[in-house]
Amino acid sequence: MSVNFIALAYLVAAVFFILSLKGLSSPLSARRGNLLGMLGMAIAVSTTLTITGNWGLILGCIAIGAIIGSIIAQRIQMTAMPELIAFMHSLVGLAAVFIAITAVNNPASFDLPEILPTGNKLELFLGTFIGAMTWSGSVIAFLKLSGRMSGAPIIFGGQHMINLLLAIVMIGFGLWFFFSEATNWTAFSAMTAIAFLLGFLIIIPIGGADMPVVISMLNSYSGWAAAGIGFSLGNPMLIIAGSLVGSSGAILSYIMCKAMNRPFLSVILGGFGSDGGSQSVDDGTQKSYRSGSADDAAFLMGNADSVIIIPGYGLAVARAQHAVKELAQALHKKGINVRFAIHPVAGRMPGHMNVLLAEAEIPYEMVQEMDEINSDFPNTDVVLVLGANDVVNPAANVQGSPIYGMPILEAYKARTVMVVKRSMAVGYAGLDNDLFYMDKTMMVFGDAKKVVEDMVKAL
Amino acid sequence: MIGEVDPTIVNLTIFVLAVFVGYHVVWNVTPALHTPLMSVTNAISSIILVGAMLAAGSTEADWGAWLGAAAVILASINVFGGFLVTQRMLEMFKKKDKKGKA
Repeated sequence: MSVNFIALAYLVAAVFFILSLKGLSSPLSARRGNLLGMLGMAIAVSTTLTITGNWGLILGCIAIGAIIGSIIAQRIQMTAMPELIAFMHSLVGLAAVFIAITAVNNPASFDLPEILPTGNKLELFLGTFIGAMTWSGSVIAFLKLSGRMSGAPIIFGGQHMINLLLAIVMIGFGLWFFFSEATNWTAFSAMTAIAFLLGFLIIIPIGGADMPVVISMLNSYSGWAAAGIGFSLGNPMLIIAGSLVGSSGAILSYIMCKAMNRPFLSVILGGFGSDGGSQSVDDGTQKSYRSGSADDAAFLMGNADSVIIIPGYGLAVARAQHAVKELAQALHKKGINVRFAIHPVAGRMPGHMNVLLAEAEIPYEMVQEMDEINSDFPNTDVVLVLGANDVVNPAANVQGSPIYGMPILEAYKARTVMVVKRSMAVGYAGLDNDLFYMDKTMMVFGDAKKVVEDMVKAL
Repeated sequence: MIGEVDPTIVNLTIFVLAVFVGYHVVWNVTPALHTPLMSVTNAISSIILVGAMLAAGSTEADWGAWLGAAAVILASINVFGGFLVTQRMLEMFKKKDKKGKA
């Protein structure tokens, strides 16, 4: 097949990818968008098949991947989406590294000159190191998100200096790799090994609730890795698709940082929300709070005209989304105006709460973003906070507080606030939450799912 | 003119334009669909499968081809896993839509 035809087919596939992202601007067009994405991928893959040999091997491997991928996609719990996404990022990173190694080993298989030109070496270096960091970073993110590793930041002295030194050494090996006449495996392997190590070291100091930023950043990396490989192989398809993904991840990271009012650099340098800081906020006076049972809470909600539910990570942990739906239904039947308020960083990844509520078949008209709903809190009778903490902490309005300036859901303005929580423990930021001690606040202690189920019974 | 330009410059042109397209398209994505956005971009980034296929399709069946084959498996897990899980999530948003109208 002619080279021009292949280039045109890749162009068509790229356009489908753009349309697929465009479809996500509304839930109505999103499914069609996803189908267009699949179509784009099918075109890209079948076009590539026409220019490669070893069909048996390739199709066999695709079939293995297809079976594994489909099983995972069918079985995964919606609460486990963040770790699935991290896992998938790691695969893209590792694949990028494998491809780069193959290209260094046998440039001819990609129609590259036998002795790689310096330009291609630079691009291979970029693709490899971004890919390697994506892999190891995502593995750590996966372990943290799935609870196989503590979500607490791992910090040690001189951490940033070590990372910086490693980065410089890595670039040094990269330079050696470019300027060597023949293929310099020593430099290439050393550089790749350091990139893997850096990926680990960069992610370990970042704590659990900063994961929305980390996962978006790794999303971005996986795109840049694909684009980097595209440059080295001179393949525009990879460049276009890679940059779409790269910029998408970068925008998500930006949105997440903005929702926490923290500079991107401070999130990436990590160390925020260490467990050790949690006790230091105690100012000696024992503040009093009011606690009540699920029945009391149900009674208050049953007599309200309007209820806003604020879900947080605790909802995902307790897998309470279906119970919450029943609660919303029960309230709705009584003619109460029930809505959900979602903070952009609620949960462990962008949009995490929306998916959980969607899974429980809560109509998305009932689910509102922070900017849409914040002005309604003063006119709301009851706010029910389910497993959220820092995103409703009025300390964000107090100058000098560590979370000062963070946009929050203004639950404290509502007439009555009910907070479902396991205990009075502080949230991720290590801060006490004044909302819990307000006169109009009632704490309901217990597992979110069980408490909500009890509320439904009481209604 | 374009014939004389270094291919890297052409690729750079494509890259920069694609970043701009990505930037503008993604800002229009509704926040409610940010998780499906991540899973679909994940599937799209497995376009790296194309590179893996070229590596595995090398006529010289040395260890490089096997490494390429491994990359094909990794990338296809992502292609299928990514698109299918996105579809599954978006179906959930659809179900809600029907109920909302009823």
